[in-house]
Amino acid sequence: MKYSIIVLAKQVPDTTAVTARAMKKDGTLNRTALPAVFNPEDLNALEMALQIKERFGASICTITMGPPSAAEILRQALYRGVDRVVLVTDRRFAASDTLATSAVLSRAIQQIGTFDLVLCGRQAIDGNTAQVGPQVAEKLDINQLTYVEKIEQLHSEKISVWRDVERGKELAAAKLPVLLTVTDRANLPRPPSAKKIMHYKKARAKSELTDGGTGAHRAAKGLLVEEWDADSLGIDPAVCGLSGSPTRVKKIESVIRKGKTFKKIAPTDEGINELLQELIQEYSFD
Amino acid sequence: MNYFTDNRDLSFIFTTTDLSDIIGLYENNFSEKELYGYAPDSFADACENYRRILEVTGDIAARIIALRSEQIDREPHILKDGKVILSPPLQKCLQALRQAELMGVTISRKYGGLNLPSFLFTMMVEIISQADASIQNIFGLQGISSIIEEYADETLKQKYLPRFADGSATGAMALTEDEAGSDLQNVKMKAGQHSDGTWRLKGVKRFITNGCAEVLLVLARSEPGTTDGLGLSLFLCEGDSTVTVRRLEEKMGIHGSPTCELSFQDTPAYLIGERQRGLVTYVLALLNGARLATAAQAVGISQAAFNEAQAYAQARKQYGRKIETIPAVAEMLTTMKVAIEASRAFVYETARIMDLSVGMARRLHSENVAPDEKKILRKKTKKFERLTNLLTSCVKYYCSEMSIWVTRDAMQVMGGSGYMQDYPAERYYRDARITNIYEGTSQMQVLSAVKGILNGTMEKYFEECSHVEWNRNQRALAKKLLHGRKLLAAAVEHLNGRKDNQLVDLCSRNLVDMATEILMGYLLLQQSRHSSRKEKIARMFITKLEPILIMKARHIKSTDKRCLQDYAQIVEKEAIVK
Repeated sequence: MKYSIIVLAKQVPDTTAVTARAMKKDGTLNRTALPAVFNPEDLNALEMALQIKERFGASICTITMGPPSAAEILRQALYRGVDRVVLVTDRRFAASDTLATSAVLSRAIQQIGTFDLVLCGRQAIDGNTAQVGPQVAEKLDINQLTYVEKIEQLHSEKISVWRDVERGKELAAAKLPVLLTVTDRANLPRPPSAKKIMHYKKARAKSELTDGGTGAHRAAKGLLVEEWDADSLGIDPAVCGLSGSPTRVKKIESVIRKGKTFKKIAPTDEGINELLQELIQEYSFD
Repeated sequence: MNYFTDNRDLSFIFTTTDLSDIIGLYENNFSEKELYGYAPDSFADACENYRRILEVTGDIAARIIALRSEQIDREPHILKDGKVILSPPLQKCLQALRQAELMGVTISRKYGGLNLPSFLFTMMVEIISQADASIQNIFGLQGISSIIEEYADETLKQKYLPRFADGSATGAMALTEDEAGSDLQNVKMKAGQHSDGTWRLKGVKRFITNGCAEVLLVLARSEPGTTDGLGLSLFLCEGDSTVTVRRLEEKMGIHGSPTCELSFQDTPAYLIGERQRGLVTYVLALLNGARLATAAQAVGISQAAFNEAQAYAQARKQYGRKIETIPAVAEMLTTMKVAIEASRAFVYETARIMDLSVGMARRLHSENVAPDEKKILRKKTKKFERLTNLLTSCVKYYCSEMSIWVTRDAMQVMGGSGYMQDYPAERYYRDARITNIYEGTSQMQVLSAVKGILNGTMEKYFEECSHVEWNRNQRALAKKLLHGRKLLAAAVEHLNGRKDNQLVDLCSRNLVDMATEILMGYLLLQQSRHSSRKEKIARMFITKLEPILIMKARHIKSTDKRCLQDYAQIVEKEAIVK
C-alpha cells in the first residue's frame, strides 16, 4: 500500500532565539531580529510522514503558505526526502488569521487531489494557537486526530494513534483520510541529507527569482518549486488575507513578572507540609 | 548552536585555505555534473557544497550528539551471545549521521559516496569529536572504505562501498593481537586458502575498535612459515556468525566506542589487493588516514575542554573578581588556545598535503594522461607521499600530546569542580588520554618521523613554507624561526655524524618536537597574513618557542646513552620483587 501524504508546514521566527530586539515598541514581533526557521512541530509531522514512507511506502507533498522566502523550508523538506513541494503565496494572503489560513490551505489540499493523510504540527511557535490543523480538517470534512505522539497501527483504511491528553494517553482510531496534528514527543526529526542538500540547494520558486526569468532551466532539472496563488487556487480573495480574517488584536501588553516577596520554608516535615497545603489552596496542585 | 559555524578558527581555515588544486584533482573538470544531481558544476559550487556539509555536520554535532555525550559515556554497551548491542543514545547519534548520509563521505559518487577530499572529512572528524570523541571512532572508521576503493578489486568495491555510503555498514580494522601491538610484523592470525581459491581466517584479535562492525579489514598471515611483515596480507570479511566478540573492554575513556576482542573461526574472507603487501603497503596507507583523524579528534576534544574551561573562568568569581583575570589562569587559557590553533593549522595543512598526494596518485594512474604530464606527476606524487608519511606522524604525535595537557589544564582552571562528574572536564581528560596511545603510540610516531628530519625532507618543506611575503612584524618572527631551523640543522648534523641508532632514538622526541613546532610557527605566520588577531597568536607561539628550541637543541647535544647503560642500577632491577 502506498499512501499519499500531505504535510503542512510553516516558516516561523525562531522564538527560541529571542533577544532584546525581538519586540518592537508597539509590542509586535520584530521579524528581522529573529532567524526564520521550519516550525519545530511541523518537522515532527514531516518526520512522521517520512517514517510512514520508509515503512509502508508513500509519496509526500509538503505545502507551505507564506511569502516567497518561505520556500526555504520547502527546500529543507526536499533535503529530508519529500517527493513534491508547493509554495502557496500571494500578497492578498498577507495578514491571514487562522480562519483565512485554513481556507487557503484546505483549498490547496483539494487542488492536490486525493490523499490519505494530512500531517501538521500541533501548533506553530509564533502564534501557538493550534487552530489551523483542526480548521483544515473541518473545511475538508475529514476526520482529525490531534496531539498525536505515536502511530499505533496504520491499515489501508484505518489508523490508530496515541494522543497526549495532558494527564494521560489516549488510544484513538479513525478512518482515512485523516488529519493528524503531531507533538514534539512523537520523534526526533532527522537531519537533512548531504546529497539532497547538494542536489536541491538551487531549487527556487518563481517568485524568488530576482532575474525575472521563467525558471525554465531550473524546471528542466527538477529544481523549480511549484507555486500557487489565489488565482491558480481559484479562491475568493475576500475569504483570505485581512478581509477574510475576523480575528482582531485589541491590545498588546508587555508583562514583566517580578518576585516581590519571598518566604522561608523550614527544611522539616512540618515546613514542607505547610508549603504543600498552600500550593493546594492556590490550585497549583490538586 | 552549530559546531562548525560557532567554531571561528575552523571557519577561518575553511575560508582562507586555497582548495583549488584539491578540487581540481577530485572533481576532474567537473566531469560528473551531468551524471549526478549532487555533483558540483564549478569551483564555487564545490566550495558551497563543502560549506553546507560542514554546517549539517556542525548541526548534528551540537543538536544531537553533544546533548547525548554524557549518556553515551555512562551507558554501557551489552555483549550478548558473541554480538554487541550498542547503547541507545549511541544508536540515536549514528542513525542521525546515517540519515544525513555522512557515513561514506570520501567514497566516489559511482559507489554512492560524496567524493569528499580528506580536508573536508578531517573537518567533520574534528566537529564530531568536539561533541563526542567516542562517536568519532565509529564515524572515522569509514576511512577504511578508502582502502577498499584504492586497493580492492572491482567486485569487492561494488559489493561493499555502497553499503558504507548508505550507512548500512560500519567498518573496523582488525590489526592488533596479543603479541602484536606496536610490532605488527608479529601478527599470527592465520589466513588459509582453499583449493577453490577462497580464503578463511582463523585466530584472535584484540583491542579492536568497533570490532562489532559489519565489515572488517583483517591483517593475517597468508604465507605459512613466515615470521615477518612480508608474510602478511590484508583481508576483508563480514562480521557474520563466524566472528564472535569474546570480550568488551572496560576502558578509562571513549566509552561509546566498543573495543572488542574478536575470535575468527573459519571466517570467509576476500584478499584485498595483492598478497604480501598487507602490512607494508595497505596498512601503512590505512594508518596515515587514521593518524590524521586521531590528530583531528584530539583537536576536537581540546576545543570542547577549552570552551568549558573558558566559560567557567568567565563566570567564576574568587577574591571578588572573575578568575580569568588572574594571571595564572589567563596564562593557562591563552596558552591552551594558542596550542589548539597551532595544532589545527597543522592538522589541515597535513590534510591538504594528503589530498594532493592521493589526488595526484589517482590522476597518475588514470587514463588519458600525456607522457609529459605523467613524468611531472610522478615526481610530485613521490614528494607529496613522502611528506604525507612524515607529517601524519608528526601531527598525530603533537596533537595527541597537546590534547592531554590541554584537557588537564582545562580541569585545572576549573579546580575542584573540574574534577567532579557534574562537569564534562573529567570526561574530556579521560577521552584525550587514549589519543597518544592508539593508532601508533607517540613513541612510534616519533621514530617514524625522525627519518624525515634527518634526511632533510622537513628542512626542504620549511624552505617552501618560508617563501612568503611577510610584513615587518612577521619578518621579525620569521627570523626567530630561521634561527630555530639553524639549531635544528646543527642537531641533525651532530646526530648524522655520530651514526648511532640508539642515540638517534633517544634524541628523536626532542628532534621531532623542534621540527614540528617550527613548522607550526610558519603555519601560524602564514595565517597571520589574513588576520591581525592571528598575528598575535603567531607572536605568542613563536616567542614562547624560541627559548624552548635552544633548550631542546642543547638537550640533544648533551644526550648520552646512560639510561641504557645504567638501566639496571637506576631502576633497581634486582630490588623489584613481583
